[in-house]
Amino acid sequence: MLLTASWALPLAGAILLLLVPNRDGSRNGVIRWLALALSVAAFAVTLLIWARFDSSSADFQMVERMPWIPAFGIDYYVGIDGISLLLVVLTGVLTPIALLSSWEGIEKKVKEFSIFILALEAAMIGVFISLDLFLFYVFWDAMLIPMYFLIGIWGYDQRIYAAIKFMLYTMAGSVLMLVAILALAYMHSESAGTYTFDLLKLYTLNIPPATQTWLFLAFAVAFAIKVPLFPFHTWLPDAHVQAPTAGSIILAGVLLKMGTYGLVRFAFPLFPAAAHEFAPWIAGLAVIGIVYGALVAMVQPDMKKLVAYSSVSHLGFVVLGICAMNVQGLQGAVYQMLAHGVSTGGLFLLVGMLSDRRHTRLISEFGGLKSSMPRLTAAFLIITLASIGMPALNGFIGEFLTMLGAFLWDPRFVVVAGLGVILSAVYMLWMFQRVYLGTITHDENATLPDLRPREWASVLPLCALAIAMGVFPSLFLAPMELSVKKVVERVQSGQPARAHNERQNATGTRHIVSVSSPSER
Amino acid sequence: MFSLQLDAVVPMLCVTLGALAAMAGEALRGKGPRMPVGWFGIIGLVGAAVSAVILWNPTPEAFREDFGVIVADNFGLFVTLVLAAVGILTVMFSSQVIHRDNLPAGEYYALVLFSIVGMMMMATATDLLVIFVALEVLSLAVYVLTGIRRDNQASTEAAFKYFLLGAISSAFFLYGIAFTYGVTHSTRLAAVSQFVLSAQSASSEPMVLIALGLLLVGFAFKISAVPFHMWTPDAYEGAPAIVTGFMSTGVKAAAFAAFARVFLSSFEPLRDLSPVGPGWAPVVAAIAAATMILGTVVGVAQGNLKRMLAYSSIAHGGYLLVGLVAGGPVGKASILFYLLAYSVTNLAAFGVIAMLGARDRANDSLRDYAGLWHTNPGLAALMTVCLLSLGGLPPTAGFIGKWYIFQAAVSAGYYWLAIIGVLTSVVSVFFYLRVVVMMYMAERDGAHEPARVTGFGMVALALSIAVIFYLGILPTPVLDFAGKSIATIF
Repeated sequence: MLLTASWALPLAGAILLLLVPNRDGSRNGVIRWLALALSVAAFAVTLLIWARFDSSSADFQMVERMPWIPAFGIDYYVGIDGISLLLVVLTGVLTPIALLSSWEGIEKKVKEFSIFILALEAAMIGVFISLDLFLFYVFWDAMLIPMYFLIGIWGYDQRIYAAIKFMLYTMAGSVLMLVAILALAYMHSESAGTYTFDLLKLYTLNIPPATQTWLFLAFAVAFAIKVPLFPFHTWLPDAHVQAPTAGSIILAGVLLKMGTYGLVRFAFPLFPAAAHEFAPWIAGLAVIGIVYGALVAMVQPDMKKLVAYSSVSHLGFVVLGICAMNVQGLQGAVYQMLAHGVSTGGLFLLVGMLSDRRHTRLISEFGGLKSSMPRLTAAFLIITLASIGMPALNGFIGEFLTMLGAFLWDPRFVVVAGLGVILSAVYMLWMFQRVYLGTITHDENATLPDLRPREWASVLPLCALAIAMGVFPSLFLAPMELSVKKVVERVQSGQPARAHNERQNATGTRHIVSVSSPSER
Repeated sequence: MFSLQLDAVVPMLCVTLGALAAMAGEALRGKGPRMPVGWFGIIGLVGAAVSAVILWNPTPEAFREDFGVIVADNFGLFVTLVLAAVGILTVMFSSQVIHRDNLPAGEYYALVLFSIVGMMMMATATDLLVIFVALEVLSLAVYVLTGIRRDNQASTEAAFKYFLLGAISSAFFLYGIAFTYGVTHSTRLAAVSQFVLSAQSASSEPMVLIALGLLLVGFAFKISAVPFHMWTPDAYEGAPAIVTGFMSTGVKAAAFAAFARVFLSSFEPLRDLSPVGPGWAPVVAAIAAATMILGTVVGVAQGNLKRMLAYSSIAHGGYLLVGLVAGGPVGKASILFYLLAYSVTNLAAFGVIAMLGARDRANDSLRDYAGLWHTNPGLAALMTVCLLSLGGLPPTAGFIGKWYIFQAAVSAGYYWLAIIGVLTSVVSVFFYLRVVVMMYMAERDGAHEPARVTGFGMVALALSIAVIFYLGILPTPVLDFAGKSIATIF
């Protein structure tokens, strides 16, 4: 019941808010508090799921299953493993923060705004817990609608263009995945006599390599657009920059992870042979994205755009780790997903605060903010360092593990990816320097108010998480350990034998994992 | 062979009686008072729906209502139910606009009801000539409905165009029947089927292909499939909004029912192979692809909402054709489910348009919807749900409908049709979103009087939305129902 509650609670909350009459905006305050309370309750549910989660099992847990469309073997079938668990919790954390971030920024149509945020949360959690491909697709597509409205109604000047681009880009990718899903179900009916969309049954389907190629491509393109992988990233800067702060936080924090999650959960394990064939190419695109995103981020005059391009760069590491498809790489990838959610969510939150105060996001409009708002500067520094991948902060663990995994697989990629690490320090620190250090160049900046209590409440959890994830990585690595291994085994068992030395590497370097994860014996 | 059982025509009788009552009521009423003639229609349609449910054959093979050339099999009854729903919603929406637009109530309702009789007959007929008669009954009524605003130029022009092209298509259809009779010596579908089955050898007449082609053209006109769609945008734009909603759903449902019955039972053996080469499936597949592509691509360029939805309904005809080409149990059932999902959604969308209109101004250009959210948040939300359902987004009826159709296509090996289908869906979402953008993200221009929606209109909208979500979230009962419906005839 917990898993159902985790997505049904926000959805029920959205419907509840729908019933609150608020034509003239007189109940905005009530609605804000109600929405916040509901999202915090949903967060509590996700924490409860984590508490009940059994890290010593690699199987899907808390499974709930009910027939939905029996004629086609479609079930309401949800469950979590170590990979989806923390992504669900991440969604739970970021939603109240997103609502807090828009406390003052969103003035008009507060009720509808809150409804869309809660509906979005429900759909996002649904994506992470679905074990039925049909159910997954329903959540995956349903999620676009609230996001579209969030960008289109509450966004900045170019919001309509950005909203439509976001929607069409994502849909164009995902409909081909729908055809591939239908083809999978049909193949199952050919071989076993009945249609099914059950992921675990489809894992065992024996698909000829030529077919795998096509199906893999259909899935991979859908996820690559979502990640976004170079060269499918062009929707992202528009969507991120035009979205309201809350939208950017959720977009960067959770939505992008759906692409990489999809690769881990669906594209690679369903079509291992094709994945093996395409992994070097995808990894190639990933490292191009790492460097390209970093270089483009460096020259952005707009802070939001800079953070947006940094996402392209950081998500490249995640994809690289997935392509390596060994325990280190995949663990690093999942860790990096979480870390990126926290740090980039935090960056968008803080940039949103600046833009709320000054109604501009241009770096050149700021400078020397350190003296007028020291607390915000401190928070920004922590998050910036986390994003760069400073040891003892969250970004480091993820980047280190992905690069380690990639090194065991093919060191050439790591050489280029390493460049991205350096570049990320350059563009992030350079932005920090131009915005916060030096003397105040614009008089308006001298009197800007520092963090308010409400803003503290949204910033502190993210800073705390960034530090906690950097100092106690095993807390977060332990639950995913066995699930990651299972995915790696599943993918590798379906692949043509890998190079001998590589397999040796995979077993010979176990101790590195065990350093970071005491649960492994 | 000829067993007379009146049961099979009871649904049609109910609607006919309703129509007659509406006419009589209009004739007998005094000068002053308005008579709620719409009620007669609703009673008749509910009667039809109830009798269709009673007639439902739980054991399809054993029991079959047969009135000679009209058969109350489950397939026909399913479409009858869809048509009854279309009729009820149409009457409810009409009650909002008919006095506003000063339309003659008695004639209007009688025509709507008589055309529904024609539609029901078309869906349940098993003889080509009866199908033709039904086609004419429904067409004549719809021609008049299209031009019912006699003082309106666009309406009259639309009726004229529709009538001319409709007459030509009827001629094609009639020729097709003549050729069929010439080859098979019967117009009964069962007999045609027998002939086609037995005459598999090369010696059989290629003439049957001419018959097939002519019938195909006739049906393609009625479902406005490319390249026989030319009349659709003009007729849909010119007709009153609610009439457009009625004919874009009811006519399409009836025509598709007959189309499926003729092609998937009588001419099924000629699907892939015919005496002179390939069968009809590749041709229909090509038409389906062209229809989907043209409907969506041209729809993008429209600035008038009714015209846009006209092209969208062309595209939806294309999706239905995909189900027809796919065939098989899944394909046939998918046609039925899609017809229901599409009919309710499209009718509700046109219902919103109708209610936003005013007597002197149709308010149906895209610009008229700017800022609708601020004046009529409820209507804007309902319209959004309809548009998202038409675009095939979950959790709505349109999504399940499209999934079902594409599942059928994939299962039949028509991957390319499924891919064209999903990609055109994305394009169609683009123009549906243009309306949403207008409603939610554009500023109001000028004084836009909030439309007052009362009573029946609101009930009808609420019902439609409930059905859209019900079919989108819990489709199983209706899917099963559709699955069982096709067991009888094919």
